[in-house]
Amino acid sequence: MSVTKPLPHDAAPLHVSGSARYVDDIPTPKGSLHLAFGLSPIAKGKISGMDLSAVEAADGVVMVMTADDLPFANDVSPSIHDEPLLSDGTVHYVGQPVFLVVATSHLAARKAARLGKIDFAEETPILTIEDALAADSRFEDGPRIYAKGDADAAIAGAAHVIEGSFELGGQEHFYLEGQAALAVPNEGADMLVHSSTQHPTEIQHKVADALGVPMHAVRVETRRMGGGFGGKESQGNALAVACAVAARATGKACKMRYDRDDDMIITGKRHAFRISYKAGFDENGHIQGVSFLHHAICGWAQDLSLPVADRAMLHSDNAYLLPNARIESHRLKTNTQSATAYRGFGGPQGMVGIERVMDHAAHALGLDPVELRRRNYYEPAHKVAEDEPADKPLGHPDPHEDLTSRGAVEMGDAPVRPLPAGGNTTPYGMEVSDFELHGMTEALLKSSDYAARKAAIEKWNAENSVIKKGIAFSPVKFGISFTLTHLNQAGALVHVYQDGSVHLNHGGTEMGQGLFQKVAQVAASRFGIPLDMVKITATDTAKVPNTSATAASSGSDLNGMAVKAACDTIRDRIADYLAERHQADPSTITFTDGHVSVGEERYTFAEAAALAYQGRISLSATGFYKTPKIEWDRIAGRGRPFFYFAYGASITEVAVDTLTGENRILRTDILHDAGASLNPALDIGQVEGGYVQGAGWLTTEELVWDGKGNLRTHAPSTYKIPACSDRPDIFNVALWDSENREDTIYRSKAVGEPPFMLGISAWLALSNAVAACGDSYPALDAPATAEQVWHGIQRMKGDI
Amino acid sequence: MDITFLLNGETVELSDVDPTATLLDWLRDDRSLTGTKEGCNEGDCGACTVMVTDEDGAKALNSCILFLPQLHGKAVRTVEGASSPNGDAHPVQQAMVDLHGSQCGFCTPGFVMSMVASHANGTTDHDTQLAGNLCRCTGYAPIIRAAEAAEQHPVPEWITGDQTFSCSKILRGEAAGRGAEPPYLPNSADELAELYAQYPDATLVAGATDVGLWVTKQLRNLDPVIFLSRCEDLKQITITDEEIRFGAMVDMNRMGAALSDLHPSYAEMIRRYASVQVRHAATVGGNIANGSPIGDNPPALIALGATLHLRKGDERRSMPLEDFFIDYGKQDRAPGEFVESVSFPRQADRLKAYKLSKRFDQDISAVCGCFNITVSEGTVTQARIAFGGMAGTPKRATHVEAALIGKQWTAATIQAALPAFADDYQPLTDMRASATYRLETAKAMLERYFLEDQGEVTNVLEVSA
Repeated sequence: MSVTKPLPHDAAPLHVSGSARYVDDIPTPKGSLHLAFGLSPIAKGKISGMDLSAVEAADGVVMVMTADDLPFANDVSPSIHDEPLLSDGTVHYVGQPVFLVVATSHLAARKAARLGKIDFAEETPILTIEDALAADSRFEDGPRIYAKGDADAAIAGAAHVIEGSFELGGQEHFYLEGQAALAVPNEGADMLVHSSTQHPTEIQHKVADALGVPMHAVRVETRRMGGGFGGKESQGNALAVACAVAARATGKACKMRYDRDDDMIITGKRHAFRISYKAGFDENGHIQGVSFLHHAICGWAQDLSLPVADRAMLHSDNAYLLPNARIESHRLKTNTQSATAYRGFGGPQGMVGIERVMDHAAHALGLDPVELRRRNYYEPAHKVAEDEPADKPLGHPDPHEDLTSRGAVEMGDAPVRPLPAGGNTTPYGMEVSDFELHGMTEALLKSSDYAARKAAIEKWNAENSVIKKGIAFSPVKFGISFTLTHLNQAGALVHVYQDGSVHLNHGGTEMGQGLFQKVAQVAASRFGIPLDMVKITATDTAKVPNTSATAASSGSDLNGMAVKAACDTIRDRIADYLAERHQADPSTITFTDGHVSVGEERYTFAEAAALAYQGRISLSATGFYKTPKIEWDRIAGRGRPFFYFAYGASITEVAVDTLTGENRILRTDILHDAGASLNPALDIGQVEGGYVQGAGWLTTEELVWDGKGNLRTHAPSTYKIPACSDRPDIFNVALWDSENREDTIYRSKAVGEPPFMLGISAWLALSNAVAACGDSYPALDAPATAEQVWHGIQRMKGDI
Repeated sequence: MDITFLLNGETVELSDVDPTATLLDWLRDDRSLTGTKEGCNEGDCGACTVMVTDEDGAKALNSCILFLPQLHGKAVRTVEGASSPNGDAHPVQQAMVDLHGSQCGFCTPGFVMSMVASHANGTTDHDTQLAGNLCRCTGYAPIIRAAEAAEQHPVPEWITGDQTFSCSKILRGEAAGRGAEPPYLPNSADELAELYAQYPDATLVAGATDVGLWVTKQLRNLDPVIFLSRCEDLKQITITDEEIRFGAMVDMNRMGAALSDLHPSYAEMIRRYASVQVRHAATVGGNIANGSPIGDNPPALIALGATLHLRKGDERRSMPLEDFFIDYGKQDRAPGEFVESVSFPRQADRLKAYKLSKRFDQDISAVCGCFNITVSEGTVTQARIAFGGMAGTPKRATHVEAALIGKQWTAATIQAALPAFADDYQPLTDMRASATYRLETAKAMLERYFLEDQGEVTNVLEVSA
């Protein structure tokens, strides 16, 4: 079968030869035009006058548009219509598009866009959490609060109480391919849009509204993106709509791509948070209660901020059974870029909160941080689900088989925790029935030689005054499903041609994650044919309608199942036809090794397809899938928002230069749960890449705004994502060999976002290294740049 | 202007070239060779990397800040030319496929071309060779595996062919290369001196790693332009018993190689200076002449006691390098005057160059501290200390030097000297670092110099798990 094979990315040969085509590479019709936005230079104010004569007079300029020139909807918001394509007279952040230049070349458009003269009545911008709280500037009426039990009482009655607050910076996506769109006017009112988007249906919807046409008049095609990471879930709307409006106005094909600096100045990023916490623990390190206060900086427009902030709340437990918990979340409106989806979608922020609590508590209680964590884990899967077999994955130990041997880790006498009232449930009332981390943790501690290395690090730190080392473990439990339940659906369209070749289409988009290959492997497996008989095709709103964004790690879960359904429909039709022809039972017909077998008769798949065609059997089918079992009330904070959880665990070792705070990752060991992997090579790629991106978020990737709301880090010269040498010197990544307990496509698990949060161990390892400089708790902010780490060291030394 | 170069094995002759047209735009817009990607348009991401071969060998360069006239007489190879004319994959391409080195694929052509160049040169320090290529998807591990796997394969003949070309008549200047009007491509320092005297308002383009951004980011029109790329006599490195001299057009990779034995700490700093692609283009002279307060080269040169050699027409003058930097954005350079070379005395190596940045590789320094302290019989006999990132210009720490000279080489002396940093520097806060951090880490660098001298482990890059 094609599934489970570690095949390369389907487009890899095209990638390496430069022939993989991205939006800006598509040959354009003669006379195509190019677009650029004129941007607001101020963070908040009203436009009092606009002189665009120099723009209009500039070389190559064909047309200049303002909000007044838009014929229909001036709206590119993915949520509450608070995001105009072009400023409606007020501006809300530095970089907001105010006017649109249409010119004969990309360079001409960029040059002209700088010539606008705009007068403003400037107002004082809201830039910080303090500013926003003082002005009560927020989305939703007040904070959302999710609670379980009585956290305040539990903390008050606890033997040990820890308390703290830290800043958690945002993150620029830095997809290597910037935002891009190309609109080609077709006959009548029809419009074809090529967009680098994770969400073609939303592009179709926004373009249709902007053109005043039904959705059927707009076709959106997306073959691939040069990276997305959430940054192309809603942020591509503006370009696609601009191109469509300009194409309609000029009758010419129009293309827009942001220069990198424009891209970083205009588009949204990961939400920055301040997280304040208070937690109570008993003598044995069992958490009694925890209270979190989230302040999320959402920027100027709502965009996807509510579900992002919700998901942060939903991951405030991470892997830990919290008997009492209270999470209060404020979604603050500021005059900065509108924060948006970014890999993990708030989950990482919530998870960093509880991992900080665990790190702080282990320091305060003098317990090994891994041990403290394990004592607070959810109950293991087979202990909860008694009706299911107490299965143990191949090749991994089950800690419950031999409690006295804890392998490489000194456990001592692990105190028994009574299961709290409410059982093995999350703070939002969902039962955790698939918890894998006990076994995974045990296996990772052994494979990474944690205990011995921890001892060696302590020895190193005792002997070295300048370079200190640190090591840390962090687990991941990430909920899989869109929390907006109705998004958990997908469609597919499959054709089998009379030569047996297969045309595959579904609603998911390819941004590098290998979704197309994984889904093609599913199709090939269903028909029992070689993968090269399956043609992967561009996502196209005319083939599969009403698609959800390729987001929330859901791509292969949803689209894999939809494709399976479509393939099975065709397969069943072929089987029924051949069964009738051979007077056989359809259920005895097999599709394997490129052949269809009916009793003694063996046809190639091509022969079977030709026979079915001649028998006037439809060889085209749609497939549809909706995720079962989920229901969620986001106001009450109650229900089952997730179909299942994906798990992971990582251990990172770092070295810190205490003179300057410079630091780097020496070694990382990861064990990640991708269920029964559809493609281990692609899944490991997601894990390696996710970890490095997560570690980058928490270390070198620092966004800096000045006091007027100007983003000062708007290019790779100033915003530093990890480079080649920043990956761990030693980087051991393995997949946890275990099937999904829920009935997903071939029992695999989603893998796009969860590994991102493995990078939290890098931040914790830095904290561990800084802790070697003194007795207090380092209390690092994130990102822990060299300067942050240096400040932490100074605090430890009591110098500042 | 008319220029000639080789593109993927075929000769290209261009007339009336816009002097500030970039290779990247020309490839994509004029030649429809869209394999080469624009990631940042400022030479920081490497997605636009191509291989350029000349008499110095094969080099990876960023095509987004490479102007067409700079290519005259050279061989350019893009990702479309990485495979053989009949479609055989280059070993690095095959390894990238087999070992899962691409995900979204957008950075991949740039990585492939960096790897093709590195493979052609037989280099295996992959982290350094690929420091100028950013990937957001893979976490780099599979790319490095691919680079390692390709090492064992020979350089394909379609790649080695480029080197033959670079010995052709074009390189010898026998083909057309000059138009009647500016911009110009002078073939020697003498020709340059004459031209620049005639057009003192011209913009001199050496490697275009800075000037390129004037065009791609500031959208400036540069006219007239004089390209220095063919001034072979400005590319000389002269090492005698008395001095070491670098011509203005020596690129940073060659400078680093020349210093690797003489001043290894300096060479290591250069290894982290921008990226391979930028160092292939960036020149010693350009880095000095643009007067940046955050360039890494001037502080190291100042610490070594460098002398700057300027030329205007036939007039030459020399000055201590630190005197060239008058103020932020202001240098002691007359119209029509250009940097010809920089030299410093041969000396026993006591130089340590400490580059502090958010990211180790391919990052502009927050602070670059260079220390050249001579100790004789326990006493500091000489100290030259200079910093970048601490003032509006590269600047010597004269108060700190004074606090050290003549003192015992002890921890107490170091501690006593630290307050002097505040007399030398009042740094700024910006997106790279706060003023406090800059000042305090500058002090820490002096402590590091001392501790390192005592044999302590102080380099986080030299520690392993």
